[in-house]
Amino acid sequence: MLEKRILDELKEIVGAGNFATGAQELVCYGYDATQMEFLPDCVVHPADPEEVSRILKLANKEGFPVFPRGAGSGFTGGALPKGGGVVLVTTRMNRILRIDTDNLVAEVEPGVVTEAFQMAVEKLGLFYPPDPASLKFSTVGGNVAECAGGPRAVKYGVTKDFVMGLEVVLPTGEIIRTGGETVKGVVGYDLTKLLCGSEGTLGVITKIIFKLLPYPASKKTMLTIFDSIDGAARAVSTIIKGKIIPTTLEFMDHATLTCVERRFNLGIPEEGRAVLLIEVDGDPDLIEKQANQIHDLIKPLGLVQFRVAKDAAESEELWRVRRLVSPSLRDVNPDKFNEDIVVPRSKVPDVIRKIEQIQTRYEIPIVNFGHAGDGNIHVNIMIDKSVPGQLEKAHEAIKEVFQAALDLGGTMSGEHGVGLAKQPFIPMELSADQVAAMKAIKRALDPKNILNPGKMLPLD
Amino acid sequence: MSKKQNDPLERVQSELKKCVKCGACRAHCPAFATFQREPATARGKVALAQHVARGDMPLDDGTYAAMSKCLLCGSCVEKCPNQVPTDEIVIAAREALAQRRGLTTFHKAVGQVIKNRKLMKMGALASAILGPLFFRKVPATSGLRLRFPIPFLGGTRHIPEIARHPFMTRHPEVIEGEPGKPRIVFFVGCMTNFVYTGIGEATLALFKHLGCTVIIPHDQQCCGLPGMSGGDLETVRELAERNLAAMERHQADYVMTACATCGGALHKLYPLVIGKRNPELKARLQALADKTMDATVLLQKLGLDPSVTGEGESLKITYHDPCHHRTAGITKQPRTMLKATPGIEIAEMEGADRCCGLGGTFNVYHYESSLDINASKTAAIQATGADCVVTGCPGCIMQLSDGLKQKGDKTKVLHTVELLARKLGR
Repeated sequence: MLEKRILDELKEIVGAGNFATGAQELVCYGYDATQMEFLPDCVVHPADPEEVSRILKLANKEGFPVFPRGAGSGFTGGALPKGGGVVLVTTRMNRILRIDTDNLVAEVEPGVVTEAFQMAVEKLGLFYPPDPASLKFSTVGGNVAECAGGPRAVKYGVTKDFVMGLEVVLPTGEIIRTGGETVKGVVGYDLTKLLCGSEGTLGVITKIIFKLLPYPASKKTMLTIFDSIDGAARAVSTIIKGKIIPTTLEFMDHATLTCVERRFNLGIPEEGRAVLLIEVDGDPDLIEKQANQIHDLIKPLGLVQFRVAKDAAESEELWRVRRLVSPSLRDVNPDKFNEDIVVPRSKVPDVIRKIEQIQTRYEIPIVNFGHAGDGNIHVNIMIDKSVPGQLEKAHEAIKEVFQAALDLGGTMSGEHGVGLAKQPFIPMELSADQVAAMKAIKRALDPKNILNPGKMLPLD
Repeated sequence: MSKKQNDPLERVQSELKKCVKCGACRAHCPAFATFQREPATARGKVALAQHVARGDMPLDDGTYAAMSKCLLCGSCVEKCPNQVPTDEIVIAAREALAQRRGLTTFHKAVGQVIKNRKLMKMGALASAILGPLFFRKVPATSGLRLRFPIPFLGGTRHIPEIARHPFMTRHPEVIEGEPGKPRIVFFVGCMTNFVYTGIGEATLALFKHLGCTVIIPHDQQCCGLPGMSGGDLETVRELAERNLAAMERHQADYVMTACATCGGALHKLYPLVIGKRNPELKARLQALADKTMDATVLLQKLGLDPSVTGEGESLKITYHDPCHHRTAGITKQPRTMLKATPGIEIAEMEGADRCCGLGGTFNVYHYESSLDINASKTAAIQATGADCVVTGCPGCIMQLSDGLKQKGDKTKVLHTVELLARKLGR
């Protein structure tokens, strides 16, 4: 428990209305999408980098932990106040400071909701492509801290590919700028990239300079259905090998289709075993050509259906299939472990086959869907926690899934991060020397270990 | 009955488990949009309800305040990937709080008034619901104010006039129509009866126009929703049973209401919440629910043809979806009827389906926030340049009118039936 004198000082920094110790606030800032729950001692909502700086300086002086938090929609517990301390919420810093149409950059505060930012730039004919599934409610600050991805990563990349510079409050309270707004820039270490995906362990992000693109002139959505999972998986690498980079290449396996079809009756043919939702964007003539090329490339791979959306409404209808996946999964089993492994694109068929074997061996349903175009598969291990033994089985199965991804030259997490959830598996992917190098960075920047301690790579 | 079975949160135990705290509700909850704090989100309220159910959350003002920050608009339920019924959970939590902690003075007053027909006839119901408005007309020294210590009596709120003669006192119980035509029980609702009597008259005129027999049971009561939003389920139960008896007394093909909120109570909440522990009562309430239809939907079903009016005055309108219509899937029918009416052009506003901010008694406890929610609504209305706003709920009409008047805007707010009746010269 924090002493009253410290609580009073925190209250003085942010103001009474932005400080809370009530039981209700503590509960509501102690969870995220992992469903784990920890109680902080207090919650603060600072207004600017100066207040953040004062809070972190106080934390260093008094030795209490601070947990930065955006919308609290993370899947790995990165924002959870494990062990108690102060939750620092960034959502009051939620202004879009400027959108520079001459240089195609924007400067925003971390609390801006991703979709709100996208809509603001789209009004000016510009484009911010990263599109995590949580974009309607997650914040750009959280997106940068976790390096969020999304379906459009196939063509455009992930959040860090759009971050040009940051303003960060270091764990010791200094406010610094990293990077800048020039396309090129090589003076000093690239702290910007280091902070992207650092899960709030190396600093509190208070401003972000994003790179923007012109909004694509048009797009075309295709729903393709295959008679085998292997056919769909091979289609992914065939399209890429055919020198076409679609905007998105979303994959859904048979188990996923069965769930969606049972609930929503979308008319997916009997013989359909897997679906690829493909979207291309760009000049209208070019995408017309690309759509035809894609059709020719994947036709020999057991294509059962090839639907092309004629307009925006039909495109939305096709995307509905993908969006309905999440709500349908509960029909399989009440509890799910949502993992997000990545393999090189050409290895997607291999990893899917390995997961099928794991599923058979452990006799628990595993539902696979996701961003196959960049090799990122969402592996959903569906269990019922109330059945004895299932939780243990799930943990074993997860470990094997990770190993399968690593064996194929992949990684255990593409976009969800490590947080608390993936800590036990770190030694499977990172060598002792890698971990030591990373911890050295953490120790150098946060000598008192006050900022989001116990996350990602906990210091001993 | 064991203590456990009596616990309202026990009723929603399996629903409580469905929430995975993904945060999707942050994008859709109008209360969160204005308060900007996590306890106001749907998942926050579910988390608190889980703790209350487990017994490790104090039943203090903090929990009460958190649970009061819900408009019961249902937006989160529609958009939730797991379809967690947060509205039902909040109702159960409020009931649990009321049981363990007692009702607030205000909600006690609401309960007393909506159960009491004599007080209702005096228009006291309206004064209770519209407390802050009503009391601006009452001198500060009046003892009435002490009896209803409502948090904020000040402000610049615009008050609708309380009707001198309530709608029901003007009409006989049965107004015979043509033989062979449908017999319809009219569930009037308090706002129509005491405040917006024009809606009642327009509804009556339209069904008479179709030759229907309209029955207005004079012993019908408040639907109970104001009690529901305070967690006073006992009062709602009592009212539901009295209303059921009043409706069952008459042989009718339909039960019809022109109030989206009353419709929501009759259609969904009566069988779902009130009937939960009594199968016999549930079956009767379900039979009532199955017969219940919104006035506009029923007019369409019975073939009211608004196109026969020919070219009349031309009017640019914008349509607001009441929450209790949206959650019941009534969004297309009113627009279809209005579009078929010559001279009417619909200019859709941005976010037509977003809550107006009234939310039962939410606006009494959180008037500032309810106005804040309403401000974006007002801006959306003004951006359409419409001559008038049309909607299907008297509660929304009150809130929308207040919001517009706050901005000095004289745009009229009408009920769909009022506009249809005017166009048909009724």
